[in-house]
Amino acid sequence: MLVERMLPSAEAEELVALAHGLARSELKPIASQYEAEDRFPREKFRLLGKSGLLGLPYPERWGGGDVSYEVYLQVLEELAAAWMTVGVGLSVHTMSCYPLARFGRDEQRDEWLPAMLAGDLLGAYALSEPQAGSDAAALSARAVPDGADYLLSGTKAWITHAGQADFYTAMVRTSDDGRRGVSCLLIDASTPGLAFGAPERKMGLTGSPTAQLIFDGARVPAGRRLGAEGQGLKIALEALDSGRLGIAACAVGLAQAALDESLAYAAGRSQFGRPIIEFQGLEFLLADMAAGVESARATYLEAARRRDRGLPFHRQASIAKLVATDMAMRVTTDAVQVLGGAGYTRDFPVERYMREAKVPQIFEGTNQIQRMVIARALRRTLQNDGTLRNSGTLQNEG
Amino acid sequence: MNIVVCVKQVPDTWAERKLKQGDATLDRESVDGLINELDEYAIEEALQIKEAHEGEVTVLTMGPQKASESIRKALSMGADKAVHLIDDALAGSDVLQTSYALAKVLENIGFDLIVLGAESTDARMGSMAAMLAERLSVPQLSLASKVEINGTAIKVNRQSEDGYWQVEAQLPAVISVVEKINEPRYPSFKGIMAAKKKPMQVMSCADAGIDTSLVGLANAATEVVDFTERPPRQAGTIVKDEGDGGNKAAEFLVTQKFI
Ligand SMILES: Cc1cc2nc3c(=O)[nH]c(=O)nc-3n(C[C@H](O)[C@H](O)[C@H](O)COP(=O)(O)OP(=O)(O)OC[C@H]3O[C@@H](n4cnc5c(N)ncnc54)[C@H](O)[C@@H]3O)c2cc1C
Repeated sequence: MLVERMLPSAEAEELVALAHGLARSELKPIASQYEAEDRFPREKFRLLGKSGLLGLPYPERWGGGDVSYEVYLQVLEELAAAWMTVGVGLSVHTMSCYPLARFGRDEQRDEWLPAMLAGDLLGAYALSEPQAGSDAAALSARAVPDGADYLLSGTKAWITHAGQADFYTAMVRTSDDGRRGVSCLLIDASTPGLAFGAPERKMGLTGSPTAQLIFDGARVPAGRRLGAEGQGLKIALEALDSGRLGIAACAVGLAQAALDESLAYAAGRSQFGRPIIEFQGLEFLLADMAAGVESARATYLEAARRRDRGLPFHRQASIAKLVATDMAMRVTTDAVQVLGGAGYTRDFPVERYMREAKVPQIFEGTNQIQRMVIARALRRTLQNDGTLRNSGTLQNEG
Repeated sequence: MNIVVCVKQVPDTWAERKLKQGDATLDRESVDGLINELDEYAIEEALQIKEAHEGEVTVLTMGPQKASESIRKALSMGADKAVHLIDDALAGSDVLQTSYALAKVLENIGFDLIVLGAESTDARMGSMAAMLAERLSVPQLSLASKVEINGTAIKVNRQSEDGYWQVEAQLPAVISVVEKINEPRYPSFKGIMAAKKKPMQVMSCADAGIDTSLVGLANAATEVVDFTERPPRQAGTIVKDEGDGGNKAAEFLVTQKFI
């Protein structure tokens, strides 16, 4: 189904149409097969790059598209609807460019950003570690100054695109000062002393490689640090605010695909002498699915418009991520129900969608963590109003 | 080199295509319009020729207002400018009339090379290259699967069922291309932004010197007398293999006159 969108300009319409057409003919036809074979479609990212889709929300000065988040996210949604691995991959790539684009010095941006946005390179974002998932501030991979370089040791875990990416935007510990002891480095994939673990054997999103980065005396020039020493966690969390909008858009795309599949099946399948789409029991299920998809879309778009206007959107991004990913889990599960036995087989894509919907509830901050972020932001507004004046226990937010 | 690509907007081949009850013309309103698939190959070929030999690629479209979407797509793929022939008098024109109208515009804007797709997915006449060549008194090199240009000499591989012919001519000429010829590029986002600034000339019949008494449904040389909608798909025949599956399948193919 062609999603009815309200886009801000004719160019935005053509851009989304380009993404839709490309997704329909280049991504969707091969998605199931690649996922079944655990194959990463690296060449499709080059195609997206050639079409100018790998740098959309960044400034034209460095080769980006200068596109608003409102529009970029809808492009992302179209791609994710055809193939979640590609949607998530683009979202991660975009996030991996954020620290340089936002916190890099101009010399740094001039040197690296154009290539990162031009489309040939693919990025990864490395925050999590085996012992530091939700509690990111507990990360322990170390960077020790050595002349003009840092020497790195330690392990990053669960890294999307590990082994496939050309650069890694990684958070590493540069001092023992807890949250203030983390720095952000832009690491070239070919750095000696950087190795990759075996890909995780996952429940879904099997086309997208997830693996460890293992640093063993990897030498990274200090000039590749983005922002100040100790600023790394703040950078990482700010990047996540935008990243979560990307994940919300991907989840909406995935749910839309599940809804489309359900509608087509329900219209074509007859039982008791009637198309099953006419039974009220299914009508209400389909209506609830559509309501979920469209309200989640509205939620991420509202957050995106705030971002585009320069308004705070931290709480709204978490709400969008929470709402959209929980919705996608429910809608994809219901899609399997609509297709009945067929839905449970791998001859139809909805069981895969259901497996793919699970991980957005987990990565870029689990949905428990999103609720914490939202609740803390609520308390902060109260505090700013003066209502919660003496509540001294407000924690830092992880 | 001045290359003109003729581009037709056709109904999305993924959607159900219908004829209108009243005048048996194609219902273009109710479905999305797309660039005719083979025309994308024509655009790609024109762009490749331009990239190799310099020159300018002009897109020429005849069609209603909606067809400007297809023009914009061609421009965002990389064509340099466009001419849109649009006039209510043209509605319902058949292939003869369309070739007359396009030829008039082509005489007006000039050309060294005209590139077409070998046929359109809606009408499927596959005769436009021949008609334009005749009307413009230039050679036609149709069904090209490969094009080589050397100065003013043009050489193409003309695809046929069991191989290809090598045919040569002198420019100016008309060529039509088949799918084998290349892999059309996607527009890029930068192309989309650049397309906005490219010149698009709108022409009426009067502008192009087209005699309106020769075009349009009322004056067409051909007429769709009647049509019926395609019957709904029937359930297939299931052959159960009880050791003789091969024979049964063959028998079925014989009854269908496939073998
Ligand atoms: C496919 C995949 C791709 C990933 N890609 C990346 C990537 O590219 N880069 C990257 O840095 N990371 C990536 N991750 C890691 C991901 O972000 C983490 O898995 C996630 O943050 C959760 O951390 P954890 O797995 O250690 O779970 P834990 O933090 O151990 O959490 C386990 C459970 O405890 C709950 N929990 C933890 N703390 C609290 C609390 N305070 N209150 C309530 N509940 C709590 C969690 O919600 C969860 O349910 C990826 C993960 C997956 C599965």
